[in-house]
Order: sequence, then structure tokens, then C-alpha cells
Amino acid sequence: MGDCTLLTPTRRAILGATGALFAWSFIPRVASAAGARDARFLTVVLRGGLDGLSAVAPVADPDYTALREGIALAAEGEHAGHALDGFFVLHPAMPNLARLYRAGQATIVHAVATGYRERSHFDGQDVLESGQPRPGLVGSGWVNRLASVLEPMDRVSPRGVLGVGQIPPLIVRGPAPVLGWAPQVLPDADDDFTARLHDLYAGTDPMFAEALGRHLETERIAASGPATKRRNGFTEAAAGAARLVAADDGPRLAALALDGFDTHANEGGANGRLAKLLGTLDEGIGVLEAGLGARWRDTAILFVTEFGRTARVNGTVGTDHGTATVAMLVGGAVNGGRVLADWPGLRAADLHEGRDLRPTADLRAVAKGIAADLFEVSEARLGDEVFPGTAGLAPYRDLVAPAA
Amino acid sequence: MALPTEVILLQRFGLGPRPGDLARLAGRVDGALAGEVVAGRPVPVPAELPDSAAVAEELREGLARWDEDRMRGRNPARRLFQREVRARGAAALAAGTGFAERLVWFWSNHFCVSVAKNRLVRTLAGAFEREAIRPHVFGRFADMLAAAETHPAMLIYLDNRMSIGPGSRAGIRTGRGLNENLAREILELHTLGVGGGYAQSDVAALAAVLTGWTVAGPKGGKGEPGSAIFDSARHEPGAKAVLGRTYPDDGPGQLGAVLRDLATHPSTALFVATKLARHFVADVPPPSLVDALARRFDETGGDLAAVSLALLDAPEARAPDRGKVRSPQEFLFASLRLLGDGAGDPGEIAGSLRALGQPMWEPPGPNGFPDLAGHWLSPEGIEARMETALALAGRTDGPEPADLLSEAFGGGASEATAKAVRRAESRGQAIALLLMSPEFQRR
Repeated sequence: MGDCTLLTPTRRAILGATGALFAWSFIPRVASAAGARDARFLTVVLRGGLDGLSAVAPVADPDYTALREGIALAAEGEHAGHALDGFFVLHPAMPNLARLYRAGQATIVHAVATGYRERSHFDGQDVLESGQPRPGLVGSGWVNRLASVLEPMDRVSPRGVLGVGQIPPLIVRGPAPVLGWAPQVLPDADDDFTARLHDLYAGTDPMFAEALGRHLETERIAASGPATKRRNGFTEAAAGAARLVAADDGPRLAALALDGFDTHANEGGANGRLAKLLGTLDEGIGVLEAGLGARWRDTAILFVTEFGRTARVNGTVGTDHGTATVAMLVGGAVNGGRVLADWPGLRAADLHEGRDLRPTADLRAVAKGIAADLFEVSEARLGDEVFPGTAGLAPYRDLVAPAA
Repeated sequence: MALPTEVILLQRFGLGPRPGDLARLAGRVDGALAGEVVAGRPVPVPAELPDSAAVAEELREGLARWDEDRMRGRNPARRLFQREVRARGAAALAAGTGFAERLVWFWSNHFCVSVAKNRLVRTLAGAFEREAIRPHVFGRFADMLAAAETHPAMLIYLDNRMSIGPGSRAGIRTGRGLNENLAREILELHTLGVGGGYAQSDVAALAAVLTGWTVAGPKGGKGEPGSAIFDSARHEPGAKAVLGRTYPDDGPGQLGAVLRDLATHPSTALFVATKLARHFVADVPPPSLVDALARRFDETGGDLAAVSLALLDAPEARAPDRGKVRSPQEFLFASLRLLGDGAGDPGEIAGSLRALGQPMWEPPGPNGFPDLAGHWLSPEGIEARMETALALAGRTDGPEPADLLSEAFGGGASEATAKAVRRAESRGQAIALLLMSPEFQRR
């Protein structure tokens, strides 16, 4: 039956009979805000633990290159990143982000982490998305609670929250209405997933290993042919999110996710596995910018991950679960062109537990600062309701430029 | 740690555990599987659905309306097909261990029809299974055989509807003649098996016996429209010799007599026993198991409840080797059951099964879907399974991967699988890896 496919597991198929919108559980009222910016705030969850030291590399740190043998970026030469401020370079796979940085529309916050200090993906993602001080409190996400706070305010009327994906991510779930949307393309089994599966089969089941191996070989041959750009789930998600958020009566808050950042092995430097992921992310940034059109100037998009990765490269040319990393903020509303870091250093004594980049900024403060600047939410409500238990953590202000 | 025997049995003979099943059934999986075998009891779908003739009538009415306004509304054949898919899916999701339902699937594939044949078969395939298969899964093979061969869906699928005895009144009037298709498949695929001891003359004789069995047309002159009828005007008159025995002509009773003998033929016992053992236990079934099942079939005159119990009781059936790869529909429903995904949307089920290579009631030929691991483990097959696993996991909300691991395998997952699940970068990835693990893919 060609028309029925929510589950149809092939990238050639489409999702849903009409493939477009579903679960319009909330139709927002039209904005009534007078004068001030009618802002949009998107959060992109990067799952798996983004290696902040490769995304935005501290090439001028004297310990960086040695720690990162085989994957280090450089200020110039073969492994050069995009120049940022002389100390950091941006990964070369991210030309859109570099352009926005130069245009004053992108800011990096480095050595940042949530309050979570263990190293489990599942718990780390829970803390990142719930905005709670510890794992296990997964009744709602902080973006949703931010919507609940905004709803009764006059300055910004309620527009619900957009959650992209078949199941909205935890970060948007909660009491405020959630608009669900999923792209028509199902995610391919990505390289990371197939690699994990191949490892599993290699040790346990030669017949499955052989079948998967033949599939991967077929894919490899197909990919080496001309014009084989695969449809990309993230850019489709970004395009859909941008279209919905840009609408006059669209949701003002949205979240989407990109998986695959758990780069334990063969992470690569200027090229390779992480480069490919960051390239996808960067393509998504371009799609969001284009899709938001005139709304871009009122938009801030925050990229966050559950934790960073070890400072030192491991035995398989990758990095293991770590602590501090980067948060990236892009958009026309961003007070950009800056890398904000109270740099902790990379000497052995500087590292958290002797292995990870030490956090010197709190990701919750970053999110609170954006919410405060964009929507004029009070510090008290941010500290009590949006990020419970963070009353003593001051919002990181001025990440957003004043409204024109 | 090896998979506990109870997990192996639930996977091999059932549809796979739902959360809580392993705890609930601890120590009594054998009893739960055998408990689904009740001699003579039909295995219904959890829905009240009309019979074939009524379904065919719905199709006619639907088509009449649909033709008037073809650009709007739904294809009625597709709508009726999806109603059957929904009921079939609901039966699989609601089943206890799923042994009875697995037997329904097995026999439905043994006596398969294909919805690719035409709109009428697409509409009737579900009713065929409900009317010809489900009532007899724990009854007599002879009754299932008779019900299947004289069901309108089968008469249409294998062209007997058009077959006319050349010496019958209709044959003499029209000059038309036999179609051997159904006769050949009865002997080759449904009873004796290829090499089961029949010759071309037996095919031709059985084709003559089958003449007259057709489907009543819409005018209803010869019977309720859409129902199977015996039209004596098309029946080749006279006695016929099949497998050395002569059957006098007593109209519709002639087919009944031939099928009764075919149903209890030793070749049939061996053929059915081999297929059952291959389906449930091993691609190359142990001869001892085949012998035991064939013997049971023989000594009970084809009592399928007795044969089903013999299958559960066989020592070979408890072997820890898990050489079988779950078929796409086994994989899909085991996944939906484990994830507590009650969606059961017929469009999703049909679409997923098509993408996985096992479209619902649409086998590649009258021999049904193959029952060999090598067939399902193609590069495309494994790709489709990965994408299904990712899609299912991506819309799963809540379950902890570690909990699912014990709900699925009772603590018997390999260290490699447990590690892959534990180390996944997200819950979704963890669940997809679980669904793709050898422990889940095999049975």
C-alpha cells in the first residue's frame, strides 16, 4: 500500500498519509505585542556528546595539539579551521556558522556544561532537556516550561511549542501545548548506528555480520557514483521547523535534535566522522536561516549537547564521554561575533577529574540569559520554574542584541 | 549468559514477550504455549467482520459509488483490505504467547492466496483466513484443506473459477475447457508435495474433479453473489481416477472424497511435517522431528491440535540453537509487542511489511513466502530492518533500554548486546540496537 507509511522503513518512503502536519494540538493566538521584537527561540539538541574541543578548537592553547594527536585542528595549514578570535578556530566543516560569526550573528560559549557531572548519555540528556538539577525528573522539559511562563505574559502571547520528531523530545514536553511535526523522510541508519551494529554482529553472529557487511558495501559503491546526495533528515527537519516557526501565527519556541555525536572511534579531524556530522549541522543552520526569512533577525538558535568529551584522544582515535563543551548560538537576534570563555586551560591539573575540559560556565545560565533577553522573563521565574533550583545562578546576559 | 529456555520458546513458538510476560509466565511457559492449543477451537480475530459474500457485496457497492467519483474517496478494495489488516494486527498484538496466531500465519502461508491477483482477492484475503484457516488450526487438516480449496478467494486466485469441464453442458456449449492451476497446486503445494507420488494424469483428473467449483456472479442466479458454489453445468461428468483410485461422480461430493484421501496420504503427512519443522525449528529440520510430527499426523488422521502439541513436546523444539531468522512479520509484531506500541494502524503495518519484503497476503507465488534465513538476510532486508528498528525506536516514549532488555531476554542477552545497548548514545539508538540484536532477530 503505497500511501501508508508512518512506519514504512525506507528512505524512499514518506511519513504519514499526507506527510505534513499532525497533532495540531494548539493553534496559537495572533501576536498582540506592541513595538518590541516578536522573537523566536529554537533549541537544537545534539545527542551523543559533542566534542567541543574539535567543534571550536583552542588552537592557541599550548596543550591542545599534544592532547589531540591525530585529530587536532590548527590555525593554518592542512587542518586549518575558520579563524574566530585568534585563540579558537571553528571546525572547517562549518562555513555557514563561520560566515554568521563574521556577520556578528553567531556566538560561541565555551567550557560550558549542565549541572550533570556523570557520564551516562541517557541521564545526561534527561538533565539537559528537563532543565532539572538531577536525572530522573522527566515530567517536563525546560522549553515547555518556558512556554508556560510566557503564556500569561502580555509581552509575548502564547504560541505553543514546536517539537520536531515522531515523539517530541523531552525538552519540549510538558503542560504547555505541543505542536508536533516530523519530516517526511525517515532517518537513515546512519554510519554510527551501522558501525555499532556491525561491531555487535562481528562478535556474535557471522551470518548477520556478513549480510550487514554486504549492505554497507552496496551503500559504499552507490555513494561513490555521481549525484548521490542522500536525503538528509536533519535538513528536512530544519526546513520544516523554520517554515512553521516563521509563520505569523506559528510557535515561537521550538526544538529539534540531531543524533550521532558519540565519537568514541575514528572521530577524525578536519575530515572524517565528526566533520561529516558538523557539516550536516552547518547545512541545517543554512536551511534555518533561509527558511526563517524575514524572521531571522528576531531569532536565536541555541545548539546544546549533554556533555563534552575527554580532552585527550583515546586509543581508537576518538574521544570518550567528558564534561564541558561548547554551546553555539546563532541568529539575527544574537549579539554575535564573540567566543565567550573563561578558559580553564588544558594542563593536566586544569582538567576536570584529570581528563575532561573543566566547566567554567553553566549551560542553564546561558539558556536563562537568552530567555531573559528575548522575552523579558523575570529572573525569579527562570530560577524557580524554568530551571528549578537555579535561583542563585545569574542569567548570562547580553547574548542577545537589543531589539532594533 | 545464554537465553533462558522460556525466552527461546516464546520467541520460537510465539510472537515474543510483551513487557511483564516473562515475569507473569515464569516457570509455566510450556503450559501457556500448550494452553493455546484446544482441540477444535477456532482462533478468531478480535473483531466482528462480515463473511466473504458480504465483503464481496461491500466491494461491489463501494466500487459502484467510487466509480461515480473516482477522484475522491478511498479505493474500496483498499479500505476493506485495511479493515482485515487491522483485525489481523490486533489479533497479533492481543495474543497471549502467540502460538495459535503463529500457527494461523503458518497455515495461511501454506494455503496462500495473493492480493496481487485482483481487487476481489485483495478484498477477500482476510475473510479467506478467517473462514478457511482460523476455524481449523486446531481441527482436522482435511477440513482446512476442503475449506481452503473451495473458498472463493482460492477459486479466484488459482483460476478454478474459469475452469470448465469440456464434456459438461457449459463446456459443450462454449467450447471452453479445463484450467489445471488449482489442481496442480493442491497436489504440489497443499498436500503431497512435489515428488509426493503424483503424475500429470492425476493433475488432469483432479482438475476435472474441480470443475464446477466457482464463484457466484453478481446477478445471484446460482447462489449468493461472491460465495463459492458448485455449478453442475460446468462439472465434467463421469468418474475420475486420482492416485489410482476411482471416484464415482456424485457432483460436489467427488471433490470432497478426493480431498479426504489426499489429506490423509502419507506424503501429505511428511510434507506438512517437514514444513512445520522447518518453519518453527530449523531451516534444515532434524529428521527425527519431521518423523515424529509425520507419525503424529498419520496416527491421528491429521488432527492439527495433536500435531501442534507434538511440535511443542519434541526435544528438538527446545534446542538452544537459534538458526531461524525471524520473518519480517514476526520481527515487526515482536517489536510492537515489546515496545507496547499498540498503534496497530493498518496502513503502517501493511506499509512496513511491504518495505520489509513480506507484504501482507501477497506472497511471490502460490508456494508462499520462503522459510529460510538466507532469503530474509539480504542486504536490502537488513537495511529495511534497521530502518524499521530506528523508526519504531524513534517514536517510543519512555521505556528504559535496560528494562526492555530484561523484558525481552530475561537477563539472557549476550554481553555484547547488553554493552551495545548500555553504551548507545541515546535511548532511541539503544532500543534500535536491541531490536537488531541477534537475540531479537533470531528465534
